[in-house]
Amino acid sequence: MPATARRRFISALASLPAVLLSLRAARAQSDPFAPLVRQVTGGAPVRPGRVTVDTPLLADNGRSVPLKVSVASPMTAADYVRSITLLSEKNPRPVIATFHLGPNAGRAEVVTRVRLNGTQRLLAVAQLADGSYWSGGAEVVVTESACLDES
Amino acid sequence: MAARIQVPKQARRGEVIEIRIVIQHVMETGYRLDNFGRAIPKNVINNLVARYNGVEIFRAEMGSGIAANPYLQFYARAEASGEIEFSWVDDAGERGSERASITVVP
Repeated sequence: MPATARRRFISALASLPAVLLSLRAARAQSDPFAPLVRQVTGGAPVRPGRVTVDTPLLADNGRSVPLKVSVASPMTAADYVRSITLLSEKNPRPVIATFHLGPNAGRAEVVTRVRLNGTQRLLAVAQLADGSYWSGGAEVVVTESACLDES
Repeated sequence: MAARIQVPKQARRGEVIEIRIVIQHVMETGYRLDNFGRAIPKNVINNLVARYNGVEIFRAEMGSGIAANPYLQFYARAEASGEIEFSWVDDAGERGSERASITVVP
Protein backbone atom coordinates (compact mmCIF):
# COMPACT_ATOMS: atom_id res chain seq x y z
CA MET A 1 0.00 0.00 0.00
CA PRO A 2 2.57 2.64 0.98
CA ALA A 3 4.61 1.66 -2.10
CA THR A 4 1.75 2.45 -4.51
CA ALA A 5 1.03 5.72 -2.70
CA ARG A 6 4.64 6.70 -3.17
CA ARG A 7 4.49 5.73 -6.84
CA ARG A 8 1.40 7.84 -7.33
CA PHE A 9 3.07 10.76 -5.56
CA ILE A 10 6.19 10.51 -7.69
CA SER A 11 4.22 10.31 -10.92
CA ALA A 12 2.23 13.36 -9.83
CA LEU A 13 5.50 15.17 -9.16
CA ALA A 14 6.71 14.28 -12.65
CA SER A 15 3.68 15.94 -14.23
CA LEU A 16 4.04 19.10 -12.13
CA PRO A 17 6.37 21.02 -14.51
CA ALA A 18 3.97 20.37 -17.39
CA VAL A 19 1.10 21.83 -15.36
CA LEU A 20 3.15 24.91 -14.48
CA LEU A 21 4.20 25.38 -18.10
CA SER A 22 0.62 25.20 -19.35
CA LEU A 23 -0.39 27.78 -16.71
CA ARG A 24 2.32 30.12 -17.91
CA ALA A 25 1.27 29.65 -21.54
CA ALA A 26 -2.33 30.47 -20.64
CA ARG A 27 -1.21 33.65 -18.90
CA ALA A 28 0.91 34.70 -21.88
CA GLN A 29 -2.06 34.28 -24.20
CA SER A 30 -4.45 36.42 -22.16
CA ASP A 31 -3.20 39.78 -23.43
CA PRO A 32 -4.03 42.59 -20.99
CA PHE A 33 -4.21 45.02 -23.92
CA ALA A 34 -6.80 43.04 -25.91
CA PRO A 35 -9.96 44.78 -24.58
CA LEU A 36 -8.31 48.22 -24.81
CA VAL A 37 -7.13 47.66 -28.35
CA ARG A 38 -10.63 46.50 -29.33
CA GLN A 39 -11.96 49.76 -27.89
CA VAL A 40 -9.48 51.76 -29.97
CA THR A 41 -9.88 49.91 -33.25
CA GLY A 42 -13.53 48.92 -32.99
CA GLY A 43 -12.65 45.26 -33.54
CA ALA A 44 -10.53 45.78 -36.65
CA PRO A 45 -7.46 43.51 -36.88
CA VAL A 46 -4.18 44.91 -35.60
CA ARG A 47 -0.90 43.77 -37.11
CA PRO A 48 2.34 43.94 -35.14
CA GLY A 49 5.08 46.07 -36.69
CA ARG A 50 5.85 49.50 -38.15
CA VAL A 51 5.33 51.17 -34.74
CA THR A 52 8.29 51.76 -32.42
CA VAL A 53 8.09 52.93 -28.82
CA ASP A 54 11.38 54.23 -27.41
CA THR A 55 11.77 54.63 -23.66
CA PRO A 56 14.65 54.23 -21.26
CA LEU A 57 14.94 50.60 -20.14
CA LEU A 58 14.86 51.74 -16.54
CA ALA A 59 13.09 54.79 -15.18
CA ASP A 60 14.04 55.95 -11.69
CA ASN A 61 10.81 57.81 -11.29
CA GLY A 62 7.46 56.99 -12.87
CA ARG A 63 6.22 60.55 -12.62
CA SER A 64 7.99 61.64 -15.77
CA VAL A 65 9.33 59.09 -18.21
CA PRO A 66 10.55 60.32 -21.61
CA LEU A 67 8.92 58.45 -24.47
CA LYS A 68 9.18 58.55 -28.25
CA VAL A 69 6.70 56.84 -30.50
CA SER A 70 7.35 56.64 -34.23
CA VAL A 71 5.70 54.92 -37.16
CA ALA A 72 7.42 53.81 -40.36
CA SER A 73 5.43 55.73 -42.94
CA PRO A 74 6.35 57.89 -45.96
CA MET A 75 3.82 60.55 -44.77
CA THR A 76 2.63 61.49 -48.24
CA ALA A 77 -0.86 62.71 -49.17
CA ALA A 78 -1.91 59.13 -49.92
CA ASP A 79 -0.02 57.17 -47.28
CA TYR A 80 0.17 58.77 -43.86
CA VAL A 81 -0.52 58.05 -40.20
CA ARG A 82 -3.91 59.19 -38.97
CA SER A 83 -3.54 58.60 -35.27
CA ILE A 84 -1.39 56.99 -32.61
CA THR A 85 -2.89 55.78 -29.33
CA LEU A 86 -0.63 55.07 -26.39
CA LEU A 87 -1.77 52.37 -23.95
CA SER A 88 -0.48 51.40 -20.53
CA GLU A 89 -0.79 48.03 -18.87
CA LYS A 90 -0.93 49.19 -15.24
CA ASN A 91 -1.99 52.83 -15.11
CA PRO A 92 -5.38 53.46 -13.44
CA ARG A 93 -6.41 55.18 -16.69
CA PRO A 94 -4.88 52.92 -19.33
CA VAL A 95 -5.25 55.26 -22.31
CA ILE A 96 -2.33 57.66 -21.91
CA ALA A 97 -2.96 59.80 -24.99
CA THR A 98 -4.12 59.83 -28.59
CA PHE A 99 -2.18 61.85 -31.13
CA HIS A 100 -3.82 62.82 -34.42
CA LEU A 101 -1.45 63.47 -37.26
CA GLY A 102 -2.05 64.21 -40.89
CA PRO A 103 -0.35 64.19 -44.28
CA ASN A 104 1.27 67.56 -43.42
CA ALA A 105 3.16 66.12 -40.45
CA GLY A 106 6.15 65.14 -42.58
CA ARG A 107 7.36 62.62 -40.06
CA ALA A 108 5.26 60.25 -37.96
CA GLU A 109 6.97 60.79 -34.66
CA VAL A 110 5.86 62.21 -31.30
CA VAL A 111 7.97 62.72 -28.20
CA THR A 112 6.44 63.34 -24.78
CA ARG A 113 6.82 62.48 -21.12
CA VAL A 114 4.45 60.05 -19.42
CA ARG A 115 3.46 58.93 -15.94
CA LEU A 116 3.83 55.21 -15.28
CA ASN A 117 2.33 53.32 -12.37
CA GLY A 118 5.05 50.71 -12.00
CA THR A 119 7.08 48.36 -14.18
CA GLN A 120 5.01 47.49 -17.20
CA ARG A 121 4.59 47.04 -20.92
CA LEU A 122 3.43 49.91 -23.14
CA LEU A 123 1.63 49.50 -26.43
CA ALA A 124 1.13 52.01 -29.22
CA VAL A 125 -1.56 51.43 -31.83
CA ALA A 126 -1.36 53.44 -35.06
CA GLN A 127 -4.06 53.89 -37.66
CA LEU A 128 -2.85 54.53 -41.19
CA ALA A 129 -4.64 56.41 -43.95
CA ASP A 130 -5.88 53.16 -45.52
CA GLY A 131 -7.61 52.25 -42.25
CA SER A 132 -5.21 49.49 -41.22
CA TYR A 133 -3.94 49.25 -37.64
CA TRP A 134 -0.38 48.49 -36.58
CA SER A 135 1.08 48.15 -33.13
CA GLY A 136 4.38 48.14 -31.33
CA GLY A 137 5.42 48.24 -27.71
CA ALA A 138 8.14 48.62 -25.16
CA GLU A 139 8.87 47.41 -21.68
CA VAL A 140 9.86 49.84 -18.93
CA VAL A 141 11.21 49.05 -15.49
CA VAL A 142 10.04 51.72 -13.04
CA THR A 143 11.69 51.78 -9.63
CA GLU A 144 9.37 54.37 -8.09
CA SER A 145 5.80 54.48 -9.36
CA ALA A 146 3.66 57.49 -10.02
CA CYS A 147 -0.01 57.66 -8.98
CA LEU A 148 0.24 55.44 -5.90
CA ASP A 149 0.99 57.46 -2.78
CA GLU A 150 0.74 61.14 -1.83
CA SER A 151 2.61 63.88 -3.75
CA MET B 1 -0.96 79.01 -18.23
CA ALA B 2 2.54 79.83 -19.30
CA ALA B 3 3.84 77.95 -22.31
CA ARG B 4 7.02 77.86 -24.30
CA ILE B 5 7.10 76.83 -27.94
CA GLN B 6 9.99 76.27 -30.25
CA VAL B 7 9.46 76.62 -33.98
CA PRO B 8 12.31 77.35 -36.40
CA LYS B 9 12.20 80.97 -37.59
CA GLN B 10 13.07 80.02 -41.13
CA ALA B 11 12.77 76.86 -43.21
CA ARG B 12 13.10 75.75 -46.80
CA ARG B 13 9.91 74.85 -48.66
CA GLY B 14 9.09 71.19 -48.13
CA GLU B 15 11.46 70.85 -45.21
CA VAL B 16 10.25 68.83 -42.23
CA ILE B 17 10.49 71.06 -39.16
CA GLU B 18 10.56 70.07 -35.52
CA ILE B 19 8.02 71.73 -33.23
CA ARG B 20 8.23 71.58 -29.46
CA ILE B 21 5.87 72.85 -26.81
CA VAL B 22 5.90 72.71 -23.03
CA ILE B 23 3.02 74.07 -20.97
CA GLN B 24 3.15 74.87 -17.28
CA HIS B 25 0.32 72.79 -15.81
CA VAL B 26 0.00 70.43 -12.81
CA MET B 27 -1.86 67.74 -14.81
CA GLU B 28 -3.67 66.76 -11.60
CA THR B 29 -4.46 63.03 -11.69
CA GLY B 30 -7.47 63.05 -9.36
CA TYR B 31 -5.84 60.40 -7.17
CA ARG B 32 -4.07 62.77 -4.80
CA LEU B 33 -5.48 64.00 -1.49
CA ASP B 34 -5.09 67.46 -0.01
CA ASN B 35 -4.01 68.18 3.59
CA PHE B 36 -7.56 67.51 4.84
CA GLY B 37 -7.82 64.14 3.15
CA ARG B 38 -10.16 65.34 0.42
CA ALA B 39 -9.52 64.20 -3.12
CA ILE B 40 -8.07 66.88 -5.39
CA PRO B 41 -10.25 66.82 -8.52
CA LYS B 42 -8.70 65.65 -11.77
CA ASN B 43 -7.53 68.52 -13.94
CA VAL B 44 -5.45 67.80 -17.00
CA ILE B 45 -5.00 69.50 -20.36
CA ASN B 46 -7.25 67.15 -22.29
CA ASN B 47 -6.97 68.64 -25.75
CA LEU B 48 -4.24 70.46 -27.62
CA VAL B 49 -4.45 71.51 -31.26
CA ALA B 50 -1.72 72.93 -33.50
CA ARG B 51 -2.77 74.79 -36.65
CA TYR B 52 -0.49 75.89 -39.46
CA ASN B 53 -2.05 78.84 -41.31
CA GLY B 54 -5.43 77.67 -40.06
CA VAL B 55 -5.02 74.03 -41.08
CA GLU B 56 -4.85 71.48 -38.28
CA ILE B 57 -1.50 69.67 -38.35
CA PHE B 58 -1.48 68.00 -34.93
CA ARG B 59 -3.98 67.21 -32.20
CA ALA B 60 -3.38 65.48 -28.87
CA GLU B 61 -6.05 64.03 -26.59
CA MET B 62 -4.36 63.56 -23.26
CA GLY B 63 -5.22 61.97 -19.92
CA SER B 64 -3.63 61.79 -16.51
CA GLY B 65 -0.94 59.52 -17.99
CA ILE B 66 0.91 62.54 -19.36
CA ALA B 67 3.43 63.96 -16.89
CA ALA B 68 3.03 67.35 -15.22
CA ASN B 69 4.08 70.32 -17.37
CA PRO B 70 3.23 68.41 -20.54
CA TYR B 71 5.90 68.37 -23.22
CA LEU B 72 5.19 67.49 -26.82
CA GLN B 73 7.51 67.30 -29.78
CA PHE B 74 6.22 66.62 -33.27
CA TYR B 75 6.91 67.48 -36.91
CA ALA B 76 5.38 69.43 -39.75
CA ARG B 77 6.20 70.01 -43.38
CA ALA B 78 6.95 73.69 -44.06
CA GLU B 79 4.72 74.72 -46.97
CA ALA B 80 4.27 78.48 -46.73
CA SER B 81 5.23 81.41 -44.54
CA GLY B 82 2.74 82.12 -41.84
CA GLU B 83 1.78 81.27 -38.31
CA ILE B 84 1.67 78.12 -36.26
CA GLU B 85 -0.94 78.48 -33.56
CA PHE B 86 -1.46 76.28 -30.54
CA SER B 87 -4.57 76.20 -28.41
CA TRP B 88 -5.44 73.94 -25.53
CA VAL B 89 -8.06 73.46 -22.85
CA ASP B 90 -8.01 71.72 -19.46
CA ASP B 91 -10.71 69.89 -17.48
CA ALA B 92 -11.53 73.09 -15.56
CA GLY B 93 -12.35 74.76 -18.88
CA GLU B 94 -9.35 77.05 -18.76
CA ARG B 95 -7.99 77.80 -22.22
CA GLY B 96 -4.58 78.78 -23.39
CA SER B 97 -2.96 79.62 -26.67
CA GLU B 98 0.39 80.52 -28.13
CA ARG B 99 1.61 81.33 -31.61
CA ALA B 100 4.84 81.49 -33.57
CA SER B 101 5.59 82.73 -37.05
CA ILE B 102 7.72 80.99 -39.62
CA THR B 103 9.26 82.24 -42.84
CA VAL B 104 9.51 79.74 -45.67
CA VAL B 105 12.16 80.39 -48.30
CA PRO B 106 12.24 78.54 -51.62
